[in-house]
Amino acid sequence: MKTHLIALTLLALTPAISMAGNVVDERLQTYQNEGAKTFDGTAGKTMWTKEFAQADGSKPRACSSCHTSDIRQPGKHIKTGKPIEAMSPAINPERLTDAAKIEKWFGRNCKWTMGRECSAQEKGDFLSFMMSQ
Amino acid sequence: MNIKSRTVLLVSLALASTGTAMADDDSYFLQQWKGTPKSYLSKADDKKYLNECGACHFAYQPGLLPAASWEQVMANLSDHFGENAELPAAEVKSIRNYLLNNAAGRVSARLPEKMLQGSNAKTTVIRITETPYFKRKHDEIPLRVVKNNPKIGSFSRCDACHTRAADASFDEHEVNIPGYGRWED
Repeated sequence: MKTHLIALTLLALTPAISMAGNVVDERLQTYQNEGAKTFDGTAGKTMWTKEFAQADGSKPRACSSCHTSDIRQPGKHIKTGKPIEAMSPAINPERLTDAAKIEKWFGRNCKWTMGRECSAQEKGDFLSFMMSQ
Repeated sequence: MNIKSRTVLLVSLALASTGTAMADDDSYFLQQWKGTPKSYLSKADDKKYLNECGACHFAYQPGLLPAASWEQVMANLSDHFGENAELPAAEVKSIRNYLLNNAAGRVSARLPEKMLQGSNAKTTVIRITETPYFKRKHDEIPLRVVKNNPKIGSFSRCDACHTRAADASFDEHEVNIPGYGRWED
């Protein structure tokens, strides 16, 4: 019975993961064409909680400041209080299913958090980390 | 001028000022009398605007702010009330056009006209919640009911209490405050 449940859960999760998977695979390929090397989810995980000092003197920020360090959990924007749904595609099947949306939010959030754009390598590492959670 | 014509003048002046005062609030009958009633506020109906802006917050109807305010908002998306909300240039252009064409002062509707009341030409307010009309309509609401209400947290969430806000209706009788219920002053 228990194995059945696990099998059913896996079945239920598979389409979502593969949906995100196709889009993410295409993104990773694009990043490699832009010069990135092999992607490393562990590097992405480390970078996720790394704090960056802010030029305007506000508190240092990390991805995890708003998304929390466990991306299977919902987050909350530290400045606006806006609720943020879980980033993990395993929990939230809508995540990482739209390439334009992925790039839009990398664009916004890398600048807001790190004060600069993310490199192709960093983006690939982040996506690999998110897919592993 | 004899006494009779002076009286007529005074009475008509008094009537004219009553008419203006009435137009500020319940202008329905006055509008009927004058001709086609003005609409209250148009719904937000631009697909890009609804998708991009409405993905993160209530899609405020363009008629709630004057063009100068929308222009400022759209020119500073990298610092959008503390968040980065940058968009590709083509999207910015299209959404900006929609907002400017339908801004208060550029459309003929009752609420947009009220939103302009008491606005100062020198300062451009970019928060709807900081316009004189908004403040006047919400000044009796205690902090605990909206701002410190854990179910709401901010006056910027129109649709948290105005149940038909997305339909561009802000009638007081449709208010339902989470944790408090109906609100009438």
